[in-house]
Amino acid sequence: MMRAADTRPVIMADDELPPMMGVAVFPLHDQGSAAPRRRWLPNRLADRLFGLLARGAALFTLVSLLGIILSLIVGAWPAIREFGPGFLVHAAWDPVRQDFGGLVMIYGTLITSAIALLIAVPISFGIALFLTELAPAWLKRPLGTAIELLAAVPSIVYGMWGLMVFGPVLARYVQQPLQSLLGDVPVFGALVSGPPVGIGILSAGIILSIMIIPFIASVMRDVFEVTPPLLKESAYGLGSTTWEVSWRIVLPYTKTGVLGGIMLGLGRALGETMAVTFVIGNMNQLNSASLFEAANSITSALANEFAEAAPGLHQAALIYLGLVLFLITFTVLVFSRLLLQRLQKNEGKRT
Amino acid sequence: MMTYDAARMARFVRRKRVNQVALTLALAAMVFGMFWLAWILWETLRLGFESLSVSFITENTPPPNEPPGEGGLANAIWGSLLMVTLATFIGTPIGVLSGICLAEYNPGSRLNAIIRFVNDLLLSAPSIIIGLFIYAVMVARFQQFSGWAGAVALAFIVVPVVIRTTENMLTLVPSGLREAAYALGAPKWKVVTRVTLAASLSGVLTGVLLAVARIFGETAPLLFTALNNQFWSTGLDGPTANLPVTILQFAMSPYENWQHLAWGGVFLITMIVLGLNVLARFLSRRFSS
Repeated sequence: MMRAADTRPVIMADDELPPMMGVAVFPLHDQGSAAPRRRWLPNRLADRLFGLLARGAALFTLVSLLGIILSLIVGAWPAIREFGPGFLVHAAWDPVRQDFGGLVMIYGTLITSAIALLIAVPISFGIALFLTELAPAWLKRPLGTAIELLAAVPSIVYGMWGLMVFGPVLARYVQQPLQSLLGDVPVFGALVSGPPVGIGILSAGIILSIMIIPFIASVMRDVFEVTPPLLKESAYGLGSTTWEVSWRIVLPYTKTGVLGGIMLGLGRALGETMAVTFVIGNMNQLNSASLFEAANSITSALANEFAEAAPGLHQAALIYLGLVLFLITFTVLVFSRLLLQRLQKNEGKRT
Repeated sequence: MMTYDAARMARFVRRKRVNQVALTLALAAMVFGMFWLAWILWETLRLGFESLSVSFITENTPPPNEPPGEGGLANAIWGSLLMVTLATFIGTPIGVLSGICLAEYNPGSRLNAIIRFVNDLLLSAPSIIIGLFIYAVMVARFQQFSGWAGAVALAFIVVPVVIRTTENMLTLVPSGLREAAYALGAPKWKVVTRVTLAASLSGVLTGVLLAVARIFGETAPLLFTALNNQFWSTGLDGPTANLPVTILQFAMSPYENWQHLAWGGVFLITMIVLGLNVLARFLSRRFSS
């Protein structure tokens, strides 16, 4: 029985309702009497601003990648114009006569990374196998953490340790015996010639391998762990040994991920600067096949020469080297990501 | 019949043996990995501890060939702290905002997928390339090596790390929380900042800590940006002393007192970086439980 003049949206008198429902009505009475709260920014505008800010920040990633590529091309342009693609297979490096070629450094980068992979891949596989199949549950976590800490150690620590501690040990207990043992054998003799001082391609490769083991091992461990237990248990049920399950079931199932992890490690090794600069010896030579000989890599050439290089062709040649390094690592990392993504997608389909 | 059984048995024994050999090798690989970690840490502790003294953190870098015990790394430590702090404050907001964009603003879109991919590339791109980039953009333009350039170069390394962890942590927040906030009428920016970001705060903080740990030991991007200096830096306008480049210079030198100090610096960097990593792990474990 409401009067027409009463505009207040009273639904029912309180006393006609059960007590609970009466409570739900009363906020309506207050509306209009209290002043609306003031905001310094209306919500809609704030929303739009925040969205723009977030999207802009995300675009920063794309812009910085483009910026890096552009600045490298612009910086290297004088050298690109002067030497062209022949730069990649030209071995001279003579700032006085302004004659530059990147072959020595590119070779150094590739060979040290190859040695690193040769050592790191089997070791990482062993570590991942141990962590997923063998280690007792209480040891898995601390050991996994320890391996990850190995990845966190800054590269300058590896470099310093390699130069001061590891180099001399390698020279005395590995290089000198190898030399006296193999020195006269035709092919191996050439590989182990040169001064056995613990500085050069071999030590750089070994230290790089220690640095990338944690990366490869933790990717392998992670992908091994996504193998469906049902698959493994079926194989065990048929009487397989642990090794057979790992080699014939787990590894084939996760091969894209494993390859992605290896590529990730390779990308790291190619671009690593400090550890290599300390121990590679920084000598521009390419006249012996020896692994003991000092050499140079792209990163160590940049680290040693760039800050002092005269602006002009010398600097441009160094940036050219940087561009080459960037393109190589970029390709390797793109492959690595694509492989790892493929594994993730498969995983989504099968489970 | 007998020979058939014998052949089966032989095969069984062989498989068993292969298994044992392989697993022993796996154990050996694990020991091999641990061995390097132990060796590196041991030498760093041993040689670094020797060169620690009061003057190590109170005095500036000495000239070569002074008696050991003279001089310290105070200016380098100070410069590193300045640049790392600045880089963290530049890189963190950009990283957190991008992470929010990737996780909250249409996470499945093609553009976001591309950004995620590029970010993963930048995460493991060679850091010396960042140095070249900042050299071209800042140092060559202003004709001046500076601590600012060093800080910006380091910030470029912070951003991808923070983006990655922020996105991961935000996607872990259950969508029920978001929906509840929207149902109450909260605008999106409030949902993101007050609900999802707040819920994953310790996770995001972990990412920032990991980024700081990463840049504290980074040397390559500082070589052509901050360069180095022998003096106490009051500003960042000129070449700025910093720990990693000082260690590089001192370790490669033939002077005994410099090499001595380099070990002290390596000890300090290792302790800080590993400490930050352990702290970050502790935080993320508390977050996930």
